[in-house]
Amino acid sequence: MRRIPVRSSAALLLTALTLSACSAGSGGQSGSGQDGAGNGQGSDGVVVALTGEPANLDFTTTAGAAIPQALMANVYEGLVEIDQDGQIQPLLAESWEISDDRTTYTFTLQPGVTFSNGEAFTADDVKFSLERVKSDAWLSSLKTKMDVVDGVTVLSDTEVRVQLSRPSNAWLFDLGTPVGAMFDESGVADLASTAIGTGPFTVQAWNRGESIELAARTDYWGESPKVETATLRYFADAVATTNALRSGDVDVVYNMQAPELLPTFAGDDAFQVLEGTSNGEVMLSMNNARPPFDDVRVRQAVLHAIDRQAVLDTAWSGYGTLVGAPVPPTDPYYEDLNNAYPYDPEKARALLAEAGAENLDITFTVPTRPYATAVSEIVVSQLAEAGINATIESAEFPAVWLDQVFTRHDYDMSVVLAVESRDLLTMFNNPDYYLGYDNAKIKDAAAAADAADEAGYISGMQQVVRTINDDAAANVLFLFPNIVVAKAGVTGLPANSVTEALDLGSAGWQ
Amino acid sequence: MGIRLLINAARFAATFLAATVAVFLFMRAIPGDPAQIALGVNATEELLEQTRREFGTDRPLAVQYLDWVGGLFRGDFGVSYVTRQDISPLLLDRLQVSLILVGLAMAAALLIAVPFGTIAALRHRKPSGVLLSGLSQLGVAVPGFLAAIMLVVVFAVGLGWFPANGWTPPGVDFADFLHRVTLPVLALASVQGAVLTRYVRSAVLEVMSEDYLRTARAKGLGKLEALVKHGLRNAAVPVLTVASVQLAALIIGAVVIERVFVIPGLGSMLLDAVGNRDLLTVQSVVMVLVSLTLIINLAVDVLYTIIDPRLRKRS
Repeated sequence: MRRIPVRSSAALLLTALTLSACSAGSGGQSGSGQDGAGNGQGSDGVVVALTGEPANLDFTTTAGAAIPQALMANVYEGLVEIDQDGQIQPLLAESWEISDDRTTYTFTLQPGVTFSNGEAFTADDVKFSLERVKSDAWLSSLKTKMDVVDGVTVLSDTEVRVQLSRPSNAWLFDLGTPVGAMFDESGVADLASTAIGTGPFTVQAWNRGESIELAARTDYWGESPKVETATLRYFADAVATTNALRSGDVDVVYNMQAPELLPTFAGDDAFQVLEGTSNGEVMLSMNNARPPFDDVRVRQAVLHAIDRQAVLDTAWSGYGTLVGAPVPPTDPYYEDLNNAYPYDPEKARALLAEAGAENLDITFTVPTRPYATAVSEIVVSQLAEAGINATIESAEFPAVWLDQVFTRHDYDMSVVLAVESRDLLTMFNNPDYYLGYDNAKIKDAAAAADAADEAGYISGMQQVVRTINDDAAANVLFLFPNIVVAKAGVTGLPANSVTEALDLGSAGWQ
Repeated sequence: MGIRLLINAARFAATFLAATVAVFLFMRAIPGDPAQIALGVNATEELLEQTRREFGTDRPLAVQYLDWVGGLFRGDFGVSYVTRQDISPLLLDRLQVSLILVGLAMAAALLIAVPFGTIAALRHRKPSGVLLSGLSQLGVAVPGFLAAIMLVVVFAVGLGWFPANGWTPPGVDFADFLHRVTLPVLALASVQGAVLTRYVRSAVLEVMSEDYLRTARAKGLGKLEALVKHGLRNAAVPVLTVASVQLAALIIGAVVIERVFVIPGLGSMLLDAVGNRDLLTVQSVVMVLVSLTLIINLAVDVLYTIIDPRLRKRS
């Protein structure tokens, strides 16, 4: 009698362990150790480390860059794609013609394209996909980019005509982003967990909380990928990604978020470091709608007060690009406005005095993101030089920042990475946006530019940008770099991040 | 014993219910609109309202609460705001991972603590005993996440013996599972092992001063022999008490360790869900953690009465 209990308690523990071990084995997770996740060297697979895991596979109902990063270009394709220089290139559409009034687009589709479920890609799918964006099925706010579409007409299996309600230069570009993704009508039942597209890869396994494994399609219509599998592994932070690279668990760290860790990789022949550009503007935002930043002179003072080169060097180890306006160099209407507000604390003081805003006290609401905390201290010290006393207030990102700054506009100054491609008008052509910029001066010019021809679009948008800049509506501290660290043998990695997509179609090994 | 069990069960139910109310209200009190987070920065008010209706967050709090608790009793945790899929199956997957991790860590911690604690007690006046005692004190002082980071720096990045992170289920590739699970288990077990070593040491010391042990030794048994034959079971009661409390702490500690080692367990699920204000998922995970803690306490209570008959008579 006395011996039984001890044995049974030991047995209990053992049983519990065995049970949990067995049931986990039969559970839904498949191992990341398989298919080269743990040993991805060689030609069969490439393993890419990323931060920020997709919540699900459906970017039509869920916001954020993580889903399109994994799936656009790899699993889903559009009629056009945006290349590494920001140019629009044909993809599922071989070619297209634009009517003289620039409202009718006739696309000729690639023949012989199939979805990964075996269905043929035809003009009907184009009609279905474009119309679906406008329906209730799409919950993403990006859907408004298709508002300009009036109707889609199927001319034949490989020809489709799109009628726009007005000419729009932005629309064709947007076709190369997630709103232009082509879906098969029979493949949209469970987008959150099953992705069916025309791209070079399919989602082979999705280990939630850990990785997405993409498998190359043997029946892909275009040039086949150079690897059989591409695995995207998700990490909590930048240090974890570089640890994984050093210990050989991954082959590539894409969009590295900790430039201070780079020197050791840059000096090591076993690794390569690529520094590309991105669309991400690290933007010092000021609440244009309320004092003190409702005065243009105070905003201009802030632009003169900040030494952007020093911010870049201190906060991001000098990686990144200085731009003088919220426009990346890959946008067609980019021009160098870096000298518009040279670093000049004296001038800043003078402007503040003129505005009657000397010894200004403001709150600087900093979201809990690495870039934001990195820039906050130096921004505060530079503002102090000019006579602006900024108090840092930390806001959990995204939840608290979205609620307080973005939705309730309860802030003086903040800093946030604006990642969307060609987002200038989203941010400044809407007085209800959290920046509170009064768009009366640019509204008509922006509409005219969108409806004009290519040359008119560029010159018109440049005028819009200059107006926004004259008003000092916001301060772009720097353009976020797209830093890629990889094992030396990996080839074909896209260095520039022009759209959200991380295209692994050309990734391979030497 | 029957009454004792009934009281325990009632206490279990009351604590569980109180926890549901607390978790629910806390999650509603923190700022952040799940619909806004799901839709991002460019959402229109119309889309936001549509999404709030879909999530059910536009309904009165009482309705939301009753709906959720009702679901819990049916085993239906609801649909995640973020993944837009049923929470239950994902939760089970994650729970298995965490239980394996915590189970192995507890086993490892006991394997460290029982021999070392006993040796430290038997030799408490000798240098080796003092050294072990000092080491355990040091171990208690090191936070789990720091132990984890040090293990990664030394054994993964420095020596390259183990992967820095990642998880493979044991059923898929057992060798790879062991390879990957070693560092996280060590990180958890080193701290727990140190804590438990101290309790084993003091429990053994206490037992050794008891009369019955002196009697046993007077009958000719050696120090260790007497301890093993007569003392260990008595020493086990206080150690078991602490181990059970520590098991709950271990489950919470695993939240951080899972983050450091990128292990898809309950901990990483919880942290992601909090960040995304995936209210139903957070509530479900917390309730699973609460239930585990309650179940452990209940089980320990039952075990006491089996190990120590005196407790049985008292009730």
